[in-house]
Amino acid sequence: MSASAVHSLWTTAAPIDKIDAPTIEYAQLMPTLIVIGAAVVGILVEAFVGRKARYYAQMFVTVVALVSAFAAVIGLAAGGHASSEAQIVAMGAIAVDGPALFLQGTILLTGLVAVFTFAERRLDPEAHGNRVDSFAAQAASVPGSDSEKAAIKAGFTTTEVFPLALFAIGGMLVFPAANDLLTLFIALEVFSLPLYLLCALARRKRLMSQEAAVKYFLLGAFSSAFLLFGVALVYGYAGTVTYAGIADVVDGTVQNIDPALADTMGNDALLLVGGAMILMGLLFKVGAVPFHMWTPDVYQGAPTPVTGFMAAATKVAAFGALLRLLYVVLPGLRWDWRPVMWGVAIVTMLIGAIVAITQTDIKRLLAYSSIAHAGFLLAGVVAATPSGISSVLFYLGAYSFVTVGAFAVVTLVRDAGGEATHLSKWAGLGRRSPLVAAVFAVFLLAFAGIPLTSGFSGKFAVFKAAAEGGAGALVVIGVISSAIAAFFYIRVIVLMFFSEPKAEGPTVAVPSPLTMTAIGVGVAVTLVLGVAPQYFLDLAGQAGVFVR
Amino acid sequence: MENLIALLVAAPLLGAAVLLCGGRRLDRGGHWIGTLLAVVSFAVGVLLFTDMLGKDPEHRAMHQALFSWIPVEGFQADVAFQLDQLSMTFVLLITGVGSLIHVYSIGYMEHDERRRRFFGYLNLFLAAMLLLVIADNYLLLYVGWEGVGLASYLLIGFWQHKPSAATAAKKAFLVNRVGDMGLSIAIMLMFTTFGTFAFGPVLESTSETSEGMLTAIGLMLLLAACGKSAQVPLQSWLGDAMEGPTPVSALIHAATMVTAGVYLITRSGAIFNGAPDAQLAVVIVGAVTLLFGAIVGCAKDDIKKALAGSTMSQIGYMILAAGLGPIGYAFAIMHLVTHGFFKAGLFLGAGSVMHGMNDEVDMRKYGGLRKYMPVTFVTFGLGYLAIIGFPGLSGFWSKDKIIEAAFAYDDGIRGWIFGGVALLGAGITAFYMTRVMIMTFFGEKRWQPDAEGNEPHPHESPRSMTIPMIVLAFGSVFAGGLFSLNESFVKWLEPVTQFEHPHPVISVPAITASTVVVLLLGAALAYVMYGRKEVPVTAPRGSLLTRAARRDLLQDDFNHVVLVRGGEHLTRSLVYVDHTMVDGAVNGTAAGFGGLSGRLRKVQNGFARSYAVSMFGGTAILIAATLLMRAV
Repeated sequence: MSASAVHSLWTTAAPIDKIDAPTIEYAQLMPTLIVIGAAVVGILVEAFVGRKARYYAQMFVTVVALVSAFAAVIGLAAGGHASSEAQIVAMGAIAVDGPALFLQGTILLTGLVAVFTFAERRLDPEAHGNRVDSFAAQAASVPGSDSEKAAIKAGFTTTEVFPLALFAIGGMLVFPAANDLLTLFIALEVFSLPLYLLCALARRKRLMSQEAAVKYFLLGAFSSAFLLFGVALVYGYAGTVTYAGIADVVDGTVQNIDPALADTMGNDALLLVGGAMILMGLLFKVGAVPFHMWTPDVYQGAPTPVTGFMAAATKVAAFGALLRLLYVVLPGLRWDWRPVMWGVAIVTMLIGAIVAITQTDIKRLLAYSSIAHAGFLLAGVVAATPSGISSVLFYLGAYSFVTVGAFAVVTLVRDAGGEATHLSKWAGLGRRSPLVAAVFAVFLLAFAGIPLTSGFSGKFAVFKAAAEGGAGALVVIGVISSAIAAFFYIRVIVLMFFSEPKAEGPTVAVPSPLTMTAIGVGVAVTLVLGVAPQYFLDLAGQAGVFVR
Repeated sequence: MENLIALLVAAPLLGAAVLLCGGRRLDRGGHWIGTLLAVVSFAVGVLLFTDMLGKDPEHRAMHQALFSWIPVEGFQADVAFQLDQLSMTFVLLITGVGSLIHVYSIGYMEHDERRRRFFGYLNLFLAAMLLLVIADNYLLLYVGWEGVGLASYLLIGFWQHKPSAATAAKKAFLVNRVGDMGLSIAIMLMFTTFGTFAFGPVLESTSETSEGMLTAIGLMLLLAACGKSAQVPLQSWLGDAMEGPTPVSALIHAATMVTAGVYLITRSGAIFNGAPDAQLAVVIVGAVTLLFGAIVGCAKDDIKKALAGSTMSQIGYMILAAGLGPIGYAFAIMHLVTHGFFKAGLFLGAGSVMHGMNDEVDMRKYGGLRKYMPVTFVTFGLGYLAIIGFPGLSGFWSKDKIIEAAFAYDDGIRGWIFGGVALLGAGITAFYMTRVMIMTFFGEKRWQPDAEGNEPHPHESPRSMTIPMIVLAFGSVFAGGLFSLNESFVKWLEPVTQFEHPHPVISVPAITASTVVVLLLGAALAYVMYGRKEVPVTAPRGSLLTRAARRDLLQDDFNHVVLVRGGEHLTRSLVYVDHTMVDGAVNGTAAGFGGLSGRLRKVQNGFARSYAVSMFGGTAILIAATLLMRAV
């Protein structure tokens, strides 16, 4: 490689007179700042507040932070930052525009509802007179050891889950708004690391939980490495990591071409390989086939409230980032990535739906269901039209509440060993607890995309966008997959309502108002978006324009 | 004045609503409400008629738009009425005969504990039938069409405790559905062809439409007419419909509803005029039916079923005339009106006989009744003379014109065939009606005590029954002559139906003369067979044709073998296909996916290293595919 081929930025060290202070638009970044700030406060709470009061203090900090961050999002949207005032802030690192604010709002609301399920303390039987939640008494103690027993006896609980969740939410808020590849990578790590930890914190079946966390961590690190390498290759091609800059080079509309850039920008292999690797990192997070294999194991092993949170919020954030990458950075490569994404969408829909048929554990079933839904969402992404963006946004909003609600219901069905997740134990649930079974049936119908539920509105929107975008075949396969998927959703309903209850079946615990709120919000959103979706479709339609 | 049109329908509709929803407290006086509202409707009709007479013939049609029914972009249906000379004729017939039959029913249904409901249904029928004839578009006509079908169903099965009545009602309903399907298809074709249902635009734009489409619409309309007017091949329900109370048979299954098919074809004249093939089909259906009904009528011993065969045959005349185009429309309607008078009169007479004979319907157990019920005898006799076309009476004027027009079908063989059939029909008519007349009113009495020892005591019916019969007898005698005076009826209808003078293949006086000869021959034959000899109380075995005619020329056997058996085989084979192929495919697919699922899940082995390999391989494929896309 000749000297001139090396990028000037690396080699020419300009004389440093002074460093300009970066201009940071604090107001536009307020949602993220509030959440991250509250997470730091949460750490301080852990350090300085007594054990007894920590739970309440953490709850207070978390809920206040999420609510005020959501208020900030609404304020920004009302101030026109979602449309006319959309801009790129923080020295080009963060975009504040319609999709970013819409997804941030969705993540914050989903996070809030999920935090309610984190805080549930009435489901597990009291340990030595202390109310406990779904999380390990002391994460550092070896499962089954004396120290664990001592921690349980002392009534410890892992209140660190609240700041961890806040950190994860903070990262997720940045992820779909990230406007350069480095910010994208950092946001990914910021939300992934707390999730790895959260996965390991189950109070029951701790070994399984830890196994899940290790698998998730290993595979997550593996995929992050790919993504980072992809970032490096793309930088090597374009000489910049900002989305707009890369897009200019890809389109050939770049203004100043220095010799180094002129040399690399002709090398499309760098771009294509790098782009594919970045895509792979994002597809891992959304759980698309063949990068999905962590999903069932992790969903099953993680504490159920964390599973619900992860399944909903991660998907929202990751699809947001994927949309921005494909629509802002790589629209010039449309003819290269669309066929590939077609294939990914098809196998994701089909494999998710088909493998779910033979699952016997409700959490694994929902994991495969989430894979199939990732496929449906990819069908909307592939549309490569404005309606593709807005339909995916709507679908994410609809899907996340159903998911959190469904996993919240899973936490209620328990036997002596904790949650009774094996499907055979759900037989006849409708006879014993008609209300819980009916609510779960509503969620299942929404997953299946039956009309009058949000699932139908969302699926209709993405399929319509895909068909308009010229992906008719994809829609056909999507509908076939939906039919296959309907089988296992309906099978659970049949099992709950038309099978004889088992003599030693599980009991349905009566939750506190926290979980009831989570489930209630899920049902309400499911029905409202199913019966009267137009307002929200319009909202997603208005939000569906990326700033560049 | 035009605003009164809706009242024609509204009055009987109100009656139906009040009587059917009013409950028991109306049991005592309900029939008066029903009759009053029928008379109100008649009075409105007369008022509108006098108003119409005062106008210039070309501008007599009246319109009333009530409201927009289905206002959709590109699809407009209104509830609007059109009252022209054709509709007016029907309105007067329906409300006039309808009112008389309401009056008659007061006496006839006196001892029936569900009388209030009966009058409610009668009013419902009137409302629907009036809606049918004054609708200004085919969609609203369809509402009336279905409405009369419903009323007919309810009234045939009025004595639902009798299984035969319930079955007959079901049969009528089902057979009519076939015809209704034809009408709905015709309406759909109209909508796709013309973009509207309204009579005006549809009938005015037929000249710009292809003959093929007009033929298709015409044939579908003919199917509808066959169902409602009991024409071959949808004739099988009419005989069984006689299970209903006799006033119903008189009003619905003789005078009005069964002529709806003639109305439909005449109203759609512009469509048929542009489709000669459809017209030929109409003529053939009419000719076949007029012989079919006449032959059936010859063999029946049940007085009402004999009259039902006659009705079928007479409507065959009308359909035949309507198929002849502008030379026939006016005569079809004229025969329809005169037939309305004499056939209603004949049925009421039959009802009167049954009333006096403990509801016996077998004519072989009548005989010599003229001494016991003189009013019935005279009115029935005048109706008899009218229907066989005795010169000077109503039937003569209208039927003779149809025979003339049939001979004028064309100059060739078809004119001879259709004319000959119509002429032959006149002879058979004379035969079977003379037979009915002789078996009922002449000869020796043949009735005996029934199993419980109740011997009938024939007596004249009450005044409420005889007065309508007398009024109708006047119509049977004078209506035809009045209509033919100075061709007044033809001129009255001409602005709506157009009119051309027929030019028969043989001269008009010759046709008239041969008609008279034929009818005298028929009557004489009947006299020889039934008047000169004693009528046996139990029917003799009879010839093959007689036995076939007693079984309605095997119509039910045909339907059973071809349609019922065929339908059963079809459904069975469909069920077989459903069980084996459809279910097999579905279950096979499900099993296939299940097996695939079981195999695919084995890939999920729980080892992080395998997952990593999958990711690595996936990334490799992703990169390769991206590069490949660029290379292609």
